[in-house]
Amino acid sequence: MNATLEKIKTHPLLGKLQANPYLGRLFRPGPIRTFSGFLAGGVLLFLVAPVVLSQFRLELLGKYLAFAIVASGIGLAWGRGGLLTLGQGVFFGIGAYAMAMHLKLSQTPEGQLPDFMQLYGEVEKLPGYWVPFQYAWFAIPAIVIFPALIAYLLGAMIFRRGVRGAYFAILSQALAAALAIFIVGQQGTTGGTNGLTNLNNFFGYDLDDPVNRKMVYFIIAGILLGVIAITRQLMFSRYGELLVATRDAYQRVRFLGYNPARVLTVAFAVSAAMAGLGGAAFVSIVGAINPASIDVVPSIAFIIGVAVGGRSTLLGPVLGAVGVAWFGTAASEAYPDSWQYIQGGMFILVVAFLPGGLATLPAAFRAIKGKWDDRKPPEIPSMGSGAIQEASA
Amino acid sequence: MIVVNQLFTGISFGSLLLLIALGLTLIFGQMNVINMAQGELFMFGAYTVYVLQLFMTSAGLSLFLALPVAFVVSGLIGLAMEVLLIRRLYERPLDTLLVTWGVALVLQQLARNIFGATNKQTSAPEWLTGAVTVGEFSFPASRLFILALALGSVVVLSLTFKFTPLGRRIRAVVQNRRLAATSGIPTSRVDRTTFFIGCGLAGIAGVALTLLGAIGPTMGQSYIVDAFLVVVVGGIGQLKGTVIMAFAIGMASALIEYQVGPSLAKVLVFIGIVIFLQWRPQGLFSQQTRSLA
Repeated sequence: MNATLEKIKTHPLLGKLQANPYLGRLFRPGPIRTFSGFLAGGVLLFLVAPVVLSQFRLELLGKYLAFAIVASGIGLAWGRGGLLTLGQGVFFGIGAYAMAMHLKLSQTPEGQLPDFMQLYGEVEKLPGYWVPFQYAWFAIPAIVIFPALIAYLLGAMIFRRGVRGAYFAILSQALAAALAIFIVGQQGTTGGTNGLTNLNNFFGYDLDDPVNRKMVYFIIAGILLGVIAITRQLMFSRYGELLVATRDAYQRVRFLGYNPARVLTVAFAVSAAMAGLGGAAFVSIVGAINPASIDVVPSIAFIIGVAVGGRSTLLGPVLGAVGVAWFGTAASEAYPDSWQYIQGGMFILVVAFLPGGLATLPAAFRAIKGKWDDRKPPEIPSMGSGAIQEASA
Repeated sequence: MIVVNQLFTGISFGSLLLLIALGLTLIFGQMNVINMAQGELFMFGAYTVYVLQLFMTSAGLSLFLALPVAFVVSGLIGLAMEVLLIRRLYERPLDTLLVTWGVALVLQQLARNIFGATNKQTSAPEWLTGAVTVGEFSFPASRLFILALALGSVVVLSLTFKFTPLGRRIRAVVQNRRLAATSGIPTSRVDRTTFFIGCGLAGIAGVALTLLGAIGPTMGQSYIVDAFLVVVVGGIGQLKGTVIMAFAIGMASALIEYQVGPSLAKVLVFIGIVIFLQWRPQGLFSQQTRSLA
């Protein structure tokens, strides 16, 4: 990074900007760059996107932003903490179902059963676990707290015993499979394979009205900016440094007197909470949720955006998730048969040959240009020097 | 009566899990590679039977011919994967998981393009469609055949490990790769051989599955997660642990399913595994080393 700064200083054009005391500060990590970054993101999401995109595309973008919320959490847990969680669908699903249950109940007339329960006729009255979800004060905190709690308990149990790496990845994947099968099996009270559909009442606003759906988009965009802010604070804090240290030198962290299990548990719980938020956002903009969108396959699909964007960077996962989802829609509209080839190809190419994601593409080019014989892919940057500078400031 | 039937269902499920998990644990144990494409190699093994039956009418002959052919087909796909991709990733075990997942997606779509998205039926030889009656119990012959196949594979593998030069080399690489390399063992060639055998075993498992149901492009996905759990709780690279845990998980699933139904059973088995890992975080058996972590 310092080498990069050096390059900027000697660059014919950028050097002049750098010399300019006002403009130059924009390019250095610090509060001004952060503020202008958030400002730019806000302008893009709140002012540019609604004008440029049609209603249909804007809602699609809202869906991608929901995935980006999940991706931000994965970036923290996987990119910074080395926890390859293949079960984010579980937490996405819990958030999504919590939201969907609330929306379903709020559009069901008092004293009646939700439509699908009447259809299947397996239950006479509302099941006990549905009852609290009719209250927004319960359902909204549940979106964040339930996923975080489950991740915390699972993480506390398995990290304490030193289970991590591949074992953790496999366990998280098995959890995703178990939850999806569980929901499908309880058709009478969960909607089974069809899931919960036709959600059209968003806290009193009719979602059949495009204006209200636009409002939901704005809410999701706001949540995304908030989630990025939280991720940024965590990444560039002392905790964030400890997390990277736990990823890179687990035993050394232990010997220094920290409890690496606790560090990992917190990262897992935070990423689960973000996945829950993403799930709730997804339900609000799409108006439906079913087990097929929280199963093993979509859980791994969350990873690809993060890997493409740059797993250990702040914005990489977010941009990657939106970009891959956008590209996915476009590609599967144009060539429905080959989307799976493209998706598989992306996994292979990015993870095998560019593990740092597109964020490290310039560095990778330099490495290739510099030395042809050393074919090793570039290292995943362990920490932006911005982090060090800010933490010590 | 019902308990015996459920136990047999469990053993049968366990033997399928064992056939798939054998290859996984071999590859994982030696090279630290998590092969998510194992399920798709399994699928190609099953399609081998289908293709062979296009050319020959005798179901029995095609089944027996399919066993070695599927072993070679799946093994060769695995070998290609190793040579082209996995070799670059030995330092990054978690990334092998994602790369092989990408391969799995490609193979799935490939199967869809070649064979079509609909499920295909294969015919089983007559002597495998009946049931074997012991006293008042009757067991489907096809499931007994799969059990025999799984146990046979275990026996052949363990004999190979114990008595052949190849087995000795594999054991040496698993125990201490650097020391094996210094002793003149060509470790990368041994790696390729193990990869071939491990992937080939998935092909054999696929042939076995054609006796139980239809084959389709996504069939691999339904067993892979459970097979990985077997590898984790059995202890990575441990043949003995894999055998024991495959049958334990198979029977536990069957008995719990009988009590509470299949949808809750998965959750309960998962919770059981997490509790088991509290007791044995490295799995049932683990290699004793002095290294940290």
